[in-house]
Amino acid sequence: MTAPRLSIDNLTVTYASARGPLTALRDLGLQVADGEFVAVLGPSGCGKSTLLNIASGLLAPSKGRVAIRGEAVTAPRRDVGIVFQQPTLLPWKTVLENILVPMQAMGRPVQGHKERARELIRLVRLEGFENHYPYELSGGMQQRVGIARGLMHDPQLLLMDEPFAALDAMTREHMTDELQAMWMQSGKSVLFITHSIPEAVYLADRVVVLSARPGTVLDVVDVRIPRPRRLETLGSPDFNAICNRLRAFFRAPAAGEESKP
Amino acid sequence: MKDRILSIALPLAAVAVLLVAWDRAVVWLQIPNYLLPRPLDVGIALWSGYVTERTYWKHLGTTMYEVVVGYGIGCAIALSAGAIVAESRWIERTLMPIVVAIQSIPKVALAPLLLVWFGFGVSSKMVLVGLICFFPVFINSFYGFRSANPDLLKLYRAFGSSRLQVFRQVKLPSAAGSIFAGLQIGVVLALIGAVVGEFVSSKQGLGYLIQSSTLAFDVATMFAAVVSLSAIGITASSLVRWVHGRVVFWERRDVAGATLSEAG
Repeated sequence: MTAPRLSIDNLTVTYASARGPLTALRDLGLQVADGEFVAVLGPSGCGKSTLLNIASGLLAPSKGRVAIRGEAVTAPRRDVGIVFQQPTLLPWKTVLENILVPMQAMGRPVQGHKERARELIRLVRLEGFENHYPYELSGGMQQRVGIARGLMHDPQLLLMDEPFAALDAMTREHMTDELQAMWMQSGKSVLFITHSIPEAVYLADRVVVLSARPGTVLDVVDVRIPRPRRLETLGSPDFNAICNRLRAFFRAPAAGEESKP
Repeated sequence: MKDRILSIALPLAAVAVLLVAWDRAVVWLQIPNYLLPRPLDVGIALWSGYVTERTYWKHLGTTMYEVVVGYGIGCAIALSAGAIVAESRWIERTLMPIVVAIQSIPKVALAPLLLVWFGFGVSSKMVLVGLICFFPVFINSFYGFRSANPDLLKLYRAFGSSRLQVFRQVKLPSAAGSIFAGLQIGVVLALIGAVVGEFVSSKQGLGYLIQSSTLAFDVATMFAAVVSLSAIGITASSLVRWVHGRVVFWERRDVAGATLSEAG
């Protein structure tokens, strides 16, 4: 059996802050298999973004091990794609040029990759907008450009940091559906960070539940709902059962438990 | 269309009313010529200075020369310094307090000193112009370079981009809007620098013309020189604004541009 696409073991991340050391993640472990969609679900400030920095090799763990295909991650890796919460596009570049940014950033000639960029534009359904600038697009369209950019260099692992959090509810629902379709078509592994329970259950094969800071794994829930999942899935008993199970982790603590020194 | 005509016609009408009021005031209140000339006298002075006698051209040319060279050099140095200081926390911590301290000196107060150092010709004026433009351009470009989106920097870093690549592809374009704001402020200050330098000591330039005509009680010529200065100022700052809109096109349209609805 081959090593998993991404594996994180006993990960602890401690920052130096003005008020002394701050532990963002503690003894965290998770794995993403090839072609698997894993959602990381946690309350605000559970160190989700730290996790993304770690998985992409931008930040070194204080303790523990991060490996891609069994190979320890020690520096930024080019076989990982990142999609941020905000579209984070270059406003002076067109849609096509923005999708080609990974090539440009790696110092590769852009010319030979335009065909692939056009393919991605079709995948995220932005045909006809190749030469538009980001300010001419809606928020949802901008985020689709961000997703296409994340896929440009054909990474086997896509890290998504609450990619739909900045969108309005209707666009969000629509984009969630589209992401599922894109993922099923591309066969990539995805680590999807979110704090929306329905979004996590709708998209993921497995949901990893994180605690509040310091983030640590509370539970891993398998979602065995057949794909493609559709809007009807949202009302199904299976779906609701899993959502309720997950919701239990985030219920407000009873009075008295509330404040710790 | 109607709006555009109005936006040109209304200010023109206001200027015309103002000129007539000025002229009538001088006549009715019997203000002596050496205090306030009639608008027509200023017009005559301008006509003879630029068309018949052609004596103003060398003054205009001198002042423009000082402004263009001083502004160009001052802004180039300010931009480079802004980039270097923005790139290094150590240089920032070492130099920023000094820069801020120097910034609080009114630069025109240094004019006599600069004259002693750089002579009474155009070079001392250029230095003053450069010095006075330096700070707004420096501060604006420094904050511009620092304002680049951290996620974008992260993205480029994740792909192993070099520092130079990140600078050229992300930081410089991100800073462009802010740099132009600095250039816009600088262009107005540059004119002040040149004129003050000429006031202190000079044999040519619009500042010299103002001073010499004032001493001769030739107020019409003085007004003509001031009109010339404001013509330079308006032209230069419109030029910078035009280039700004051309280069940083995405910020201009950011505000005005229509956003397409979700087309699906």
